[in-house]
Amino acid sequence: MPEQADNVRTGAAVSGDENLVEIRDLCYAIGELVIFDELSLTVPRGRITAIMGPSGCGKTTLLRMIGGSLKPDRGRILLDGRDVSRLPRAELFSIRRRMGVLFQSAALFTDLNVFENVAFPMRVHTSLPEDTIRDLVLMKLNAVGLRGARELMPAELSGGMGRRVALARAIALDPDLIMYDEPFAGQDPIAMGVLLSLIRNLNAALGTTSLIVSHDIHETASIADRIYVLSAGGVIGAGAADVLKDHPEPEVRQFINGTPDGPVPFHYPAPDFEQDLLEEPGEGKRQGR
Amino acid sequence: MPDLLLRLGHRALNRMASLGRASMLWVASVFWLPKPADLYLVVRQIHNVGVLSLIIVMLSAFSIGAVLALQFYTQLARFGAQDAVGVGLAVVLLRELGPVITALLFAGRAGSAITAEIGLMKSTEQLTSMEMMGVDPLRRVVAPRLWAGFISLPLLTAIFNVVAIYGGVVVGIEWLGIERGAFWSGMTDVVEIWEDIGKGMLKSVFFAVVVTWIAVYQGYDTYPSAEGIGLATTRTVVYSSVMILALDFLLTLSMYGDF
Repeated sequence: MPEQADNVRTGAAVSGDENLVEIRDLCYAIGELVIFDELSLTVPRGRITAIMGPSGCGKTTLLRMIGGSLKPDRGRILLDGRDVSRLPRAELFSIRRRMGVLFQSAALFTDLNVFENVAFPMRVHTSLPEDTIRDLVLMKLNAVGLRGARELMPAELSGGMGRRVALARAIALDPDLIMYDEPFAGQDPIAMGVLLSLIRNLNAALGTTSLIVSHDIHETASIADRIYVLSAGGVIGAGAADVLKDHPEPEVRQFINGTPDGPVPFHYPAPDFEQDLLEEPGEGKRQGR
Repeated sequence: MPDLLLRLGHRALNRMASLGRASMLWVASVFWLPKPADLYLVVRQIHNVGVLSLIIVMLSAFSIGAVLALQFYTQLARFGAQDAVGVGLAVVLLRELGPVITALLFAGRAGSAITAEIGLMKSTEQLTSMEMMGVDPLRRVVAPRLWAGFISLPLLTAIFNVVAIYGGVVVGIEWLGIERGAFWSGMTDVVEIWEDIGKGMLKSVFFAVVVTWIAVYQGYDTYPSAEGIGLATTRTVVYSSVMILALDFLLTLSMYGDF
């Protein structure tokens, strides 16, 4: 298994107790399409782990499974030693209070303003007095640089700002595990730098475990302790970024170095291009969705 | 031919699965009585679906009452029985038109809004993110809307009845000159609390359950895209309207049907 060879940067021996998340022999398919085939990986406690891979390799699906909103066909997803996919509904909801998820689309509640969005998890899960909630919300918003935007509604925010509010909301309850789905997409360079240091600081200051799903190689490589590269339903490479650059597997090298030519196909499976162009318009089987 | 059968089977299975999901949604959310601290969620939804429907309900009620009075008057006056306008008006409104038309208006005004709102929350991942925060969207989003619908529609029906009768009074008494005392005493003599008012309100409770359930389910089960939300909203109005009218027949049959 590639997992053993990759503790160059973390330096720690990985044993069962030190992993917050353990995924074992995960299998999942949507109809005929196989998403995961015997996927196994671990997310060590208190570290930043990244999952990378070409678009459509199931990165977001994996986050949803860890959050328990999708069930795998086979295999186990252990969070703190408990199988998320087999928990009863009530326990699942209580375990989710210890997770923060930053969605790709921000997913802010459109009927609440920025302040109330961040306050939402505190209001539903704690009975803190109002002035404590106010202080906490302002602290979280200050961390993402949007304390001044607290009165705005989500519709008035730009995409990048929305994502930062969502991050403030995700860390509202100081979760043990924060999962970031494409946190860097659509951020300007300044916000990107702030975001990177924020993720790193959260990790260092609170001992939070972070799981980043992304395909922004440079940003991710600069903060991740360990990177998993997914392809064809399994892990094809794992380790620190500098180790992966010289990985024996050409597929991994292609991805990390970002070269278009290599074993990973750029094209979605399609018939021969020349034939496709010569075909009469009526002949092609168009399948409406 | 086998192709047709296959598709038919698929359709039937899809419908069954959809019905199953709707029932599960129902069970999971309706048996959740709002906690005192969450009552404001229900109150806010009562405002959204009930208070905001008031204007359309009252306007329609007034027109319908006025039209009914006009029609009754022209027919009854031929036999010199224009005093019976009040009775006819009250019975028709309390038993049938009040609950049915209010429910139809409610489906168009509030049901479609519920579906669109929940559908949009779903397609922007708000429901998923709520779930991932450890908050059950069935309790937070679906249940308050269900309860708000159950509470609002019967109240709206009562308001509809009152305003419609007032519309009848304006046309019948103030304009066409029916004698005030005869109009009211005829009505109070004939109308019974349970037989007319009670059964009419009971109907509206049934309609409230059906309409809000359809609206909430269509929103929750929508395909998360702009097209999907449009379809779901249309389905809410169409299914609700058909169900209201069909159910009304069955309810009338079982309540008054001593045939």
